[in-house]
Amino acid sequence: MNVIHLIMTAVMVTLFASTAHASGTPEVDSGTTAWMLTSTALVLLMIPGLAMFYGGLVRTKNVLGTMMHSFSAMAIIGVIWTICGYSMAFGDTIGGVVGWDADKVLLSGIDQTIMEGGIPEYVFAMFQGKFAIITPAIIAGAFAERVKFRGYCVFIALWSLIVYNPLAHIVWGGGFLTGDAIDFAGGTVIHVSAGVAGLVAALYLGARRGYPRVAMHPNSLVMTMIGAGLLWVGWFGFNAGSSVESGLKTGQALAMTQIAAAAGALAWICIEGVLHKKATSLGLVSGILAGLVAITPAAGDVLPVGAISLGILGSLFSYAAITIKNRFGYDDTLDVFGIHGVAGIVGAIVLTFFLRDEPTGGLVQQLVHQVSGVGVAIAASAIGTLLLVWLVDKTVGFKLDERRELAGLDHSLHGEHGYGMLNPN
Amino acid sequence: MKLITAIIRPEKLDEVRQALINAEITRITVTRCAGRGQAEHVDIYRGLEVAPALAPKIRLDIACNDDFKQITVDAILGAARSEDGEIGDGKIFVTHLEECIRIRTGEEGGSAI
Repeated sequence: MNVIHLIMTAVMVTLFASTAHASGTPEVDSGTTAWMLTSTALVLLMIPGLAMFYGGLVRTKNVLGTMMHSFSAMAIIGVIWTICGYSMAFGDTIGGVVGWDADKVLLSGIDQTIMEGGIPEYVFAMFQGKFAIITPAIIAGAFAERVKFRGYCVFIALWSLIVYNPLAHIVWGGGFLTGDAIDFAGGTVIHVSAGVAGLVAALYLGARRGYPRVAMHPNSLVMTMIGAGLLWVGWFGFNAGSSVESGLKTGQALAMTQIAAAAGALAWICIEGVLHKKATSLGLVSGILAGLVAITPAAGDVLPVGAISLGILGSLFSYAAITIKNRFGYDDTLDVFGIHGVAGIVGAIVLTFFLRDEPTGGLVQQLVHQVSGVGVAIAASAIGTLLLVWLVDKTVGFKLDERRELAGLDHSLHGEHGYGMLNPN
Repeated sequence: MKLITAIIRPEKLDEVRQALINAEITRITVTRCAGRGQAEHVDIYRGLEVAPALAPKIRLDIACNDDFKQITVDAILGAARSEDGEIGDGKIFVTHLEECIRIRTGEEGGSAI
């Protein structure tokens, strides 16, 4: 009897304790949770979208190798983010530079957690995880068609740990720039850092063999356009999801995303129309991307006139950057710096002049915050990337040897061909 | 006049083109083709190694006047041969070319090439 009584009491105490605990945490907000689940799925859709966008732009012999760069980021970062990435980006801050929280390692302590905004922490962790996946996948475009698969895998794993996670912590997770620099959905953390990393890696690894003498035609601009369409759709999750709510801010971010993408696309084909008398499909989709990248840091904080301006400026500066690249002759294969880096920098800095609300510290103070945010992203990414590219190249090897590069990634690295129908069997 | 037909590795196309351009042979027809010589071409399909009966190759057709035959053949030989001497570098066929007519003008013979 006594024993049973004791057990009953123990159970009651536990139950009471757990209900008391539960009443201290926020309730699930089903509206916000539903939108965040949708956004998480939309951002994941961007990665196959990116695979198609990049895959269509390379030569036939490299289509699978290039798409594998995006898809393998889903595999590699998907695991690393669960193990320690989330903890490093959103754990308790260590000196404002990187986070760490034993509860978040392997997501072990968040099984039952409902966050302040009323969403399960799992949803937030997975939403943020998609950003961690897409960032290294974007970099891959800069050294497409000329790297070893093994070297690439090691590189993105290390880059995620040493560059992305600390940067995400600094700007979003409680680090020293959190709250100062406006980076609504990752203009600096994602696009500027990926763009600069791409530039550094492309410069270190050197050009593809034959570049720029040999014509290197896209194997399927049709696939590139489909990929750009998926990216545009996915970007609504990327930007509007970054409000981490389902309300006014979400609607504002979604509208600005749509407006800037359209303005960027229109600006690009206008530039081409004036300069070349022909609007190209690749130009139009490049404009979509430049517009989307430029609005990313600003989506929640500007008005439509700002969205149109940022879209146009993103395209203008990206177009100019790519023209200059062709003069310099370095081989950023798919213009990762030209589009993500340049439009990202333009968006992050110019947004200051289009803010909905006057910034608390005044315009100049905000401009300083924005420039320092961009500066930190450029510095961290450039230094981290240079170190990692060098390290990977000296250990497992990064740059592909001549024979396999000329034979194409698909057959020489993966033992496959992208398009069977080009052969009789 | 000769018709030179070369079957080469797809990955050698850029190098062969450059060698031909360096030798001032610029008029050329390139076709994607497939065939079977001594070499096997192994792909992987879900863990199974698959050797298709036909390996992808590139075919070059070059019509030239007799003086240019050796230059063309030498350029292709120099560029299409792989460093490690693996089988599968391809072949060059040289055939006698009876007639050559430029469609636009109707002119015939060596000057039409």
